[in-house]
Amino acid sequence: MSAGAPLFDAAMIQTILLTLKLAGITTVVLLLVGTPLAWVLARGRGFWNDVLGSLVSLPIVLPPTVLGFYLLIAMGPQSPLTAILGHKLSFTFTGLVVGSVVYSLPFVVNPIRNSFQAMGNRPWEVAATLRASPLDAFFTVALPLARPGILTGAIMGFAHTVGEFGVVLMIGGGIPGQTKVLSVTIFDYVETLQWGKAHILAGGMLAMSFAVILVMLLIERRLDGGRR
Amino acid sequence: MIAAAFRGRQGSFALDATFEAPGSGVTALFGPSGCGKTTVLRCIAGLARLPEGRLTVNGETWQEGRHFVPPHRRAVGYVFQEASLFPHLSVRSNLTFGLRRAKGDRRIREEEVVALLGIAPLFERPTTMLSGGERQRVAIGRALLSQPQLLLMDEPLSALDRFSKDDILPYLERLHAALSIPVLYVSHDIAEVERLADTLVLMEAGRVRAAGPIAAMVSDPALPLIHMPQPAAVIDGHVVSTDARYGLSEVAVAGGRLIVPGDLGPPGARQRLRIPANDVSLGRNPPQDTTILNALPARIVGVEPAAGHQMTVRLALGPDGTGAALLARISRLSWDRLALEPGQIVVARLKAVALAEPPAVADAGGLRQP
Repeated sequence: MSAGAPLFDAAMIQTILLTLKLAGITTVVLLLVGTPLAWVLARGRGFWNDVLGSLVSLPIVLPPTVLGFYLLIAMGPQSPLTAILGHKLSFTFTGLVVGSVVYSLPFVVNPIRNSFQAMGNRPWEVAATLRASPLDAFFTVALPLARPGILTGAIMGFAHTVGEFGVVLMIGGGIPGQTKVLSVTIFDYVETLQWGKAHILAGGMLAMSFAVILVMLLIERRLDGGRR
Repeated sequence: MIAAAFRGRQGSFALDATFEAPGSGVTALFGPSGCGKTTVLRCIAGLARLPEGRLTVNGETWQEGRHFVPPHRRAVGYVFQEASLFPHLSVRSNLTFGLRRAKGDRRIREEEVVALLGIAPLFERPTTMLSGGERQRVAIGRALLSQPQLLLMDEPLSALDRFSKDDILPYLERLHAALSIPVLYVSHDIAEVERLADTLVLMEAGRVRAAGPIAAMVSDPALPLIHMPQPAAVIDGHVVSTDARYGLSEVAVAGGRLIVPGDLGPPGARQRLRIPANDVSLGRNPPQDTTILNALPARIVGVEPAAGHQMTVRLALGPDGTGAALLARISRLSWDRLALEPGQIVVARLKAVALAEPPAVADAGGLRQP
């Protein structure tokens, strides 16, 4: 530890804020994309539904570097996506959001999907016989009943995005203020032997992760208890 | 008027059901478990779709060929076996869920339904704190307030214990009396059906065995109802007079008048009577010195063998034998000793005449108003 240098410097604050911003935006996008997707997966039947479900769950088993590699190619200068958008997404904040959404998708979709499945067909049928159109029933019956799953999904998505490393490194590099998030920063600190700063960030992450899981458990217990 | 025809397979189950139900009163879909009653009801609500289906309700075609009205555009109220209240909504919000979405004029008003079903005291409680019978009452009210042209009830009592059943049956009867919309009622409990239904659709293994007015169906020798262990006749009549001194009412039925315990309401009030065959005995002469109040002339229409050396005698009330159908369960020995035969005029003695209520309720005596 070099004496005199402050433990909290501007770069560190910037990294933390960037990470929170990334995780926040990603979580919102994930809920907007993931909830309808979870609904389709929960209600759907047949082979293609299983194919879709497998695709969504792929990031759970795929090494982040593999996912990052393909995302890098998809967002790189040569890709059709870049041609359509007119500029490349790799090594930008937007690119990072897209990558994080893909990477954290199963952690949001699966709990919501389970919630939709657990409520069964009956509330849906009751709503229909009470003149609620499918869209109406989705917002007034299915979504409120899936609230525990949506909450779990949101927390998981947020925490998972905060913690991602491999994908971020592959498609974001480490541009300070743009793509240099917490996990990458910790790696940098360790590599440059700034153990003290690494300790602060790593310890903070540890505490936050523990708090997230604890809060989630408490919320689940609360919602379960309220239903009985 | 409801005209329905559904044909097709649902998994391994084959349904081929065609029937018509009148545009008023209660029509019961009756049959053993797994005979396809619920599937028919789901098809009518549009919750299930069989490709070969045809359905017309009050002149409006809901399904024919490729034309299929989705469930939320059909003016049906559906009461499921389990109340299925929305757990995230209050009792009141559950009740008005359909009302808020109903199209057209609201003939069925909230205050009426709340009064009819006695729901008001439940408003303050969360849905999880209601008893089974209370939940089902809210569910029935919820279905009614969606302003249906047709009320579908899928064994609404079967998930309830006997206590809750007794709690809810009177409400269903009041509903029957107060409502002008037709009700399709699925049940496998004949006592329930005999108490509530006007028309009976008898189902067997995915097919409609027979359909018609319930009084004729329960005594039809070609149908299984009369061959059940404890058959009963169902007779509709109206109150002629009541005698408060003795706590009795006189009810006029086709072919005679019956004395029934209880004050059954003002003269003219419609009453459904259920007379178990076991409570009817036969004689050749009017009885003398007997405690039996009801002894009426009737003609023997036919006779069916029953288990245990007994016979079920089909009768028509009245000295000319043109009145309401009655059943008597007598021993084979009595039949031979009295030398009875079809066509004869006999005297039917009715040991007990009660309002059509299931035996369990009658035993408890709980529903017979003093």
